[in-house]
Amino acid sequence: MRGGPTQYSEKVMEHFKNPRNVGEIENPDGVGQVGNPVCGDIMELYIRVKDGIITEAKFKTFGCGAAIATSSMVTEMVKGKSIEEALKISNRAVAEALGGLPPVKMHCSVLAEEALQSALEDYLNKSKGELPSEKVKSK
Amino acid sequence: MKRIYLDHAATTPAHPEVVKAMLPYFTGAFGNPSSIYSYGQETKVAVEKARAKVAEFIGAKSDEVIFTGGGTEADNFALKGVALANERKGNHLITTSIEHHAVLETCKFLEKQGGFKITYLPVDGYGLVDPQEVKKAITNKTILVSVMHANNEIGTIQPIEEISKYVKEAGILFHTDAVQSVGHIPVNVDELGVDLLSISAHKLYGPKGVGALYIRKGTRIFPFMHGGEQERGRRAGTENVPGIVGLSKAIELARQEMDEEAKWLVCLRDRLIQGLLENIDHVHVNGHPFWRLPNNVNVSVDFVEGESMLLNLDLENICASTGSACSSSSLEPSHVLRALGLPPEQAHGSLRFTLGRENTADEIDLVIEVLSRIVTRLRAMSPLLKIRG
Ligand code: FES
Repeated sequence: MRGGPTQYSEKVMEHFKNPRNVGEIENPDGVGQVGNPVCGDIMELYIRVKDGIITEAKFKTFGCGAAIATSSMVTEMVKGKSIEEALKISNRAVAEALGGLPPVKMHCSVLAEEALQSALEDYLNKSKGELPSEKVKSK
Repeated sequence: MKRIYLDHAATTPAHPEVVKAMLPYFTGAFGNPSSIYSYGQETKVAVEKARAKVAEFIGAKSDEVIFTGGGTEADNFALKGVALANERKGNHLITTSIEHHAVLETCKFLEKQGGFKITYLPVDGYGLVDPQEVKKAITNKTILVSVMHANNEIGTIQPIEEISKYVKEAGILFHTDAVQSVGHIPVNVDELGVDLLSISAHKLYGPKGVGALYIRKGTRIFPFMHGGEQERGRRAGTENVPGIVGLSKAIELARQEMDEEAKWLVCLRDRLIQGLLENIDHVHVNGHPFWRLPNNVNVSVDFVEGESMLLNLDLENICASTGSACSSSSLEPSHVLRALGLPPEQAHGSLRFTLGRENTADEIDLVIEVLSRIVTRLRAMSPLLKIRG
């Protein structure tokens, strides 16, 4: 049994207190749901893509303070990025953007990276064979 | 904003009277109790007075109490001391799966380094050990049974007297870790029927770093520290005189205030449990409905994780704790909650509030209000709620 951990950076606490982009997207272009094998937590990430650019991202997370903060941060980071750019976002980049995470909490940022990757994969699978322009037309 | 401290099972603030009693022994009466001159004698007398007070409180004789550097040391002393001194009689120890790490890790050490066999008994859904299970686990190689008096996480109080009957019948030594119970509920070594009992001062408004081990006369046990003749040669090292005086003062105060305090804490405890159940849905109480420490509240809140609740509570200046995997450095959920058979998500959403003498009904009401707000906020973020429907 442990007391409240205060080992987080100000940035982490800021995102934890006011998480951005909480929720779901209806009929998302991509959705990823991943579980944390280390501690058993769950993260969901939804994206909306327009002309190959991520216009909207939302999340739902069952997990610790670091998990909530990294989910929040990753949804902020992907907005406005192309799929190729988003695919390059690593858990380290998310952690760095948050001013670092305690070593024991790095695995929570891995969860955020995986949730994003799986949402992007989902998008790529769904839109397989369709060029962005065709996709727009078909809508 | 005033801090609301609800983590008394972790540690308690020293009572002002305790601090006052300790102070003279840092400066004026600083002598070494082993010295011949009167400076030393003065502290020797203080230590022996303290010993008598602690012994009396638990129904023991003075020479059956050994001062230690805390509860963890008392547990280590009892287990290693008895195991090694009775090795010829047998190599089997019995304990439970919900003990404090001070007992569990010592058992693991004895298994690994000493070749001892340990039986870890299960508990039921309330955290109770079945005395019949203890009886069944005893073999002709069993030399020690160790069952905690009250659990630090869920507050469940074990049927020590009943277990003792079977242990005594078999002529085996019986240890109980009473770190959470001494000073909070009645503890008497003869009524409980134990041969060894661990005490920690900082769980009953005494100082940190001091405790005691009760060792029934005639118990075969090796010394814990080797060196000087202090503590009848069983625990060498210059006595922590201020600490020992602090422990005995804390015990003296507990003797006067314990009954009243327990009644008050039961009121607050039940107010908090009721309030949480009424104001937040999908909340479960962990532990026993009445075989429970007066100050312990342990609940699981579905669909949310413990550390994120703690962090939010901390932002509102409320101190509590959790058995969630996310808040432990091993990233394992609490072994106690697992032993109860809780599904992992429920261990994840567990919160422990342990109340103390300074808490008020207003504080309890505020905690209920604040936590409901926090849970609503976190649930809005939780993917589990939707999955479960
Ligand atoms: S989500 Fe469990 S430790 Fe971060």
